Amino acid sequence: MTTAADRRMPASVRMRRALTNGRVTAVLIMLPPALILFTFFVMLPLGESAWFSFFNWNGYGAPSNFVGLENYDRILNHSVFHIAVGNTVKIVVISLIVQMPLAMLLALLIYKKTPTNAVFRLIFFLPYILAEVAAGLIWSFVFDGNYGVTASIAGGLGMGNVFILSDPDWAFAAIMTVIVWKYFGFHMMIYIAALQSVPQDQIEAARIEGARRLQVIRYVQIPAIKPAIVVSAFFAIIGALQVFDVIIPLTNGGPSNQTHTIVTYLYTFGLTRLNIGFGSAVGVILFVGAVTVALFYQRIFMKRAQG
Amino acid sequence: MTRGHLTRNLMRLAFLCIVASFVLAPMLATVLGGFKTNAEIRTNALGLPALWDTQFYGAIMSDPAFWRYLGNSLVISIGSVVLTLIVGAAAAYVFAQITFFGSRMLFSYVLLGLMFPFATAILPLFIKVRDIGLLDTYWAVILPQTAFSLSLAILLFRTFFAQLPKELFEAAYIDGCGYVRFFWRFTLPLSAPILATVGTFVFVQSWNNFLLPLVVLNSRDVFTWPLGMMQFRGEYVTQWNLTLAFVTLTILPAIVFFLAAQKYIVAGLTGGAVKG
Repeated sequence: MTTAADRRMPASVRMRRALTNGRVTAVLIMLPPALILFTFFVMLPLGESAWFSFFNWNGYGAPSNFVGLENYDRILNHSVFHIAVGNTVKIVVISLIVQMPLAMLLALLIYKKTPTNAVFRLIFFLPYILAEVAAGLIWSFVFDGNYGVTASIAGGLGMGNVFILSDPDWAFAAIMTVIVWKYFGFHMMIYIAALQSVPQDQIEAARIEGARRLQVIRYVQIPAIKPAIVVSAFFAIIGALQVFDVIIPLTNGGPSNQTHTIVTYLYTFGLTRLNIGFGSAVGVILFVGAVTVALFYQRIFMKRAQG
Repeated sequence: MTRGHLTRNLMRLAFLCIVASFVLAPMLATVLGGFKTNAEIRTNALGLPALWDTQFYGAIMSDPAFWRYLGNSLVISIGSVVLTLIVGAAAAYVFAQITFFGSRMLFSYVLLGLMFPFATAILPLFIKVRDIGLLDTYWAVILPQTAFSLSLAILLFRTFFAQLPKELFEAAYIDGCGYVRFFWRFTLPLSAPILATVGTFVFVQSWNNFLLPLVVLNSRDVFTWPLGMMQFRGEYVTQWNLTLAFVTLTILPAIVFFLAAQKYIVAGLTGGAVKG
């Protein structure tokens, strides 16, 4: 913007000052570092992903073996990729029907500012600040049927060894438990912040008119924090698309590829085998998914919730 | 307080305590596990140790590799924070203060980075870092991390800078203070809260980052602590007590840091979680 002081001066003076007060210098010095970094390490790799995805390439020399859409064809027909997408959908569903209601319930119980509530808030938020890898390792100890907590409990109950993480039917349920454990506090914090900003007189007005506690929640508080719910659901979906760190220490995608997500799929089949073209194609699919979700979501929910 | 209130409040506390124990039990088992022998972990994973044996914690703390991993993580995190704050704030200042041909378009261009997950570009990023010879250096993590934090940082900084009083700039401007000097002398010092919020956010992200270091760091000398921890776990598969001691010693600083900087962390993480 031009400043008010600027607008009062004649054009010639303005021109001279623009050169001497360093406006041009400021633009030329202060903007390029960010633009260069962003272009070189974010936008360019993104574009290259699209380019590499048309090649069969191991990353050495220049990509020359042009294969057209073959990588995409192989991914879309790969049963493991179907599992990975299915698992991502499962995470979204669990987030929506278990994690968010739990977070909402807890938020309603402890949103008022009292010392006890502050302690609970702190405890529930704790898993969120742990590194995902650390959370994964802690839980792989919990689920370990040979030496871990599960072994100890199963032994105490006189059962044989139980191996949750190597059971194809249960391994992903275990992973979803860890995800709920790690992230419900984050959603709860969003709701608490929103609940605290609901005007107290609205709630009291409803009370005076004879509304019961549940009715107040249902007809006053939840409608008032709808924008926060919309945002937290968005984080849950975008987060589900990116799950990676937790899986590696827990199952590394196994047993028999049952617990892959899109990013572990990309890592396992693209990077560790140096299938740069194939992995890039997975990246492009992930990109399209994320952008589609973001745009649609904004269209459908964000505007309505704010308007 | 009526009887109904009291019962309801007790039920509320009981429920909260149940959830709290679900949250805390795994962490507690981890901390305590570091004091137990492996035989004891196998039979008594959740309870207090029969004998508080500190040798496993001692073994980790006297391992130079452990401190090297933490040091590497610290250098990389601080580097990313400093670079993001300086480069991001400078660009946001230009976007907030100066309109020029194409400035709005450039701003939208930078915001594109908010749209997609980091993993989408990880393979070309690996190739790029390798081709410019940065593999196994701190820069291999610092530069991409900074680049990916910039979109959010610039968005938050610009909003904050635009709210600073205009009169201040006009007064300084008439006294002959140029844009760049004004930025250093006034804008940055006045923006401490937003710098702290973004700085904390970038620090935590970097400290916990796993995928990028995993891809661009292969030498143990430059491993960050999450890589070191996975390496350690791989070497001592059956010795949970050592691994648990390792995990505990790395999550304790995180918890202390969280308690100290709680205000900024909650603001930075919940506000900044647009990036997931």
